[in-house]
Amino acid sequence: MTDQMRFIDRRAALALGTSTLSAAGVLAVLGVATPRSAFAAGAPTQDVQLLNAAIALEHEGIAAYQIAAESGLLTPDVLKIGITFQGHHKQHRDDLASAVRRLGGQPVAAKALSAYATDLGAGSLKDQTGVLKLALKLERGAANAYLGLIPSLDQTDFHVLAARMAGDEAFHAATLGNALGEAIPQKALIFG
Amino acid sequence: MTPLRFAIPAVAAVLMVCPPAAAASLPGDPQRGASLYETRCGACHSLDANRIGPSHRGVVGRRAGVVPGFAYTQALKASGLVWTPSNLDRWLTAPTSLAKGTAMGFRMPAAQDRADVIAYLASPAVAGAKRPAAGR
Repeated sequence: MTDQMRFIDRRAALALGTSTLSAAGVLAVLGVATPRSAFAAGAPTQDVQLLNAAIALEHEGIAAYQIAAESGLLTPDVLKIGITFQGHHKQHRDDLASAVRRLGGQPVAAKALSAYATDLGAGSLKDQTGVLKLALKLERGAANAYLGLIPSLDQTDFHVLAARMAGDEAFHAATLGNALGEAIPQKALIFG
Repeated sequence: MTPLRFAIPAVAAVLMVCPPAAAASLPGDPQRGASLYETRCGACHSLDANRIGPSHRGVVGRRAGVVPGFAYTQALKASGLVWTPSNLDRWLTAPTSLAKGTAMGFRMPAAQDRADVIAYLASPAVAGAKRPAAGR
């Protein structure tokens, strides 16, 4: 079964009970451990700590798209884009996790999907525009977060990795901004 | 020692003791800071929810590492920092320099941007008690 088929099946199941997402209605679980367990283990290097924070960011992005997909608020075309973007975030998570393991660290686990729904105020989402605005806020923020992270990372390889991920997030933000009809920024150096 | 040979180490010594222009000494615009907070900080932080980073409502004047329910690094818990505007400025300039081992790496290089964000965090709308309906 493809990711898209899984989304549609789960969305249909959720739609039976409610047309909007509530925290209580989201019981699917991405993982059970919280960041606490990984952060408390040993004395990770500085880069491990920073890369794990980036993984936590990607976990939240993956969850946000999951919540959106299960909300029943998206048209099929928008849902398809969301699934694609979620796939990008999964690739980011996996690349970051590989980097953490190479440094001898333990990648941080995701929280429960319901916890992300609460943190992101998903219960207040009422329509597709609201979902897209939340996604845009997160993607725009993520692009800036990666750009701001680069000078703190020690290893050059990770500078490049973070820059490439910032590029992906900026692409997502541009696509979402266009879907929302946002004007193209008139000034350059849009991010960072 | 010639005057020039004396002057060079003297200038170097002055540069070492004088920090770069700090945002804490700049007047901040909380309205611009609110916008910057959303676009620069909002990927990881919210005012009222612990996400990638801890919630920020009431952060100015608070001790570091004390927000209930957030899993801080040992580096921050042991830092002894209090989030004064000056320390927030240092933190946003280079967090890993202020607390080696922290999980926050995001840097905000422009002093005016830091001043505006700090002004926003210190503004009455943010410094007050948690709003019941706020989810993020």
